[in-house]
Amino acid sequence: MSAITIADVGERKRIAAKRRDLILSIASPLGLLAAWEIAARFHLIDVRFFPAPSSIVLALVSAAQSGELLDNTAVSLERLIFGFLLGGVPALILGIVMGISRPVRAFIDPLIAATYPIPKSAILPLILLIFGLGEMSKVVMVAIGVFYPIAINATAGVLQISRIYLDVGQSFKAGRWETFRTIALPGALPFIMTGVKLGVGLGLILIAIAEMMGAKSGLGYMIWSAWETFAVERMYVGLFMIAIIGFVLTLGLNELERWLIPWKTNS
Amino acid sequence: MEDKLLIKRDGARAAAAARPAKIRIRNLHKHFGPLRAIEDVSIEIAEGTFFVIVGPSGCGKTTLLRILGGLEQVTSGTVELSDAAPGRPHYSMVFQGDSIFPWMTVWDNAAYGLRMRRAPKDEIEHVVRQWLDRTGLTRFAHHYPHQLSGGMRQRVSIARAFANDPEILLMDEPFSALDEQNKTILQQELLRIWEADKKTVVFITHSVDEAVTLGDKIMVMTASPGRTKTIIDVPLERPRHVLELRHDPRYGEIVYGIWGQLKDEVERARD
Repeated sequence: MSAITIADVGERKRIAAKRRDLILSIASPLGLLAAWEIAARFHLIDVRFFPAPSSIVLALVSAAQSGELLDNTAVSLERLIFGFLLGGVPALILGIVMGISRPVRAFIDPLIAATYPIPKSAILPLILLIFGLGEMSKVVMVAIGVFYPIAINATAGVLQISRIYLDVGQSFKAGRWETFRTIALPGALPFIMTGVKLGVGLGLILIAIAEMMGAKSGLGYMIWSAWETFAVERMYVGLFMIAIIGFVLTLGLNELERWLIPWKTNS
Repeated sequence: MEDKLLIKRDGARAAAAARPAKIRIRNLHKHFGPLRAIEDVSIEIAEGTFFVIVGPSGCGKTTLLRILGGLEQVTSGTVELSDAAPGRPHYSMVFQGDSIFPWMTVWDNAAYGLRMRRAPKDEIEHVVRQWLDRTGLTRFAHHYPHQLSGGMRQRVSIARAFANDPEILLMDEPFSALDEQNKTILQQELLRIWEADKKTVVFITHSVDEAVTLGDKIMVMTASPGRTKTIIDVPLERPRHVLELRHDPRYGEIVYGIWGQLKDEVERARD
């Protein structure tokens, strides 16, 4: 009896806390924008470098009307999604297999450890050389960025699964596939989600860099060409769009995490 | 193989002894490198017996159970389990401490064994419902383990093992992490559940009280390396009531007798 009431109160508290977290996480960027607008209006900051958000909104509207904004955003998002799939899916599989199989781990681990510290932006020229100026080079850049955090976290996630759960699986005669599906994957999922979030963040950084250097479309290109023509408002429009994408992706991934991992207590 | 077995008849449990052996362990040795965990253990456990193993910590009792459960290999000797009825598993294990999957609901945890052996859907539905009911978990079927108390989580673990409908239940100190009240309640529930269909149980504990409360036969193990010190019959009638038992003068006598056997071993284990 008492257990049910305690669980209910706990549940209600958790829902209230979730709602509060959501409100706070929307309030902070809005507050920053308001402060910026006021500072620009009263010339507390140099509007040549920090134009008021309202003038940026005007630039955003005109960029949106010309279709330029939507096209560039769509192109960047497309590269991000394909890159995420190209890097994330193999990373997930390899990471879990590394966690399960000691020999595979011994074989692959040094390769990951040796290549992981190379700054991903530093290999952009090489990627451009190999894949040319087309779509593939941008997609590959994102894929490389996404690959490491997901692979590393998936391995760590499998390795931290308590031995007793594997004993239970063995005791109930779970086969290889069932052990993977019912123990290794769900047990590692909280870690994998952390890897996915890190990977998406890195992917966003790398897509911007790649588009500045070797592209004729995308938000990174838009920002770079704005710099070249000193169209500061347009530059901010590009930055703003990237920030929005990052923000929406983070919210979406947090929701996905709550849905995928309902047993995680502190989400 | 069963009918050829010769089982020592010993008065009080003659009826139980007449039943065929479910588990036969012969000259079992288990070494971990230089460490001799179990040395020359031979026991026969009749079908339907609640067999309890007590011993000082580190005496190899958990290792013995893990060998029975197929989680460890023997160094030498044989372990025979009589053939399971077709479609039924040999054994299910209730582990010490938290072993239910945090990522599954109570229902999915209880259904795990049946799903792993691909039982038909309606059978799973029926059996799991029945066991959640018997363990008082029906209302918590869709809760996750982190929403339950320690006592309830251990009940889920028991429901998972029983729902699998094994020939033999292996229980490794299932109540040792619980507080005294919860332990007493769960012991009573286990007795009630067990007395309903009398499966063969091998139960590990370090508590002499628990051993006498639950067991038909109690094997006392020596300190490391683990050997059989003695096997004692518990002539207390069933059904048993955990609290009423403590009134019974025979209960105190049996507990006292086992302590006499165990005392030296506990002291040796401390050296």
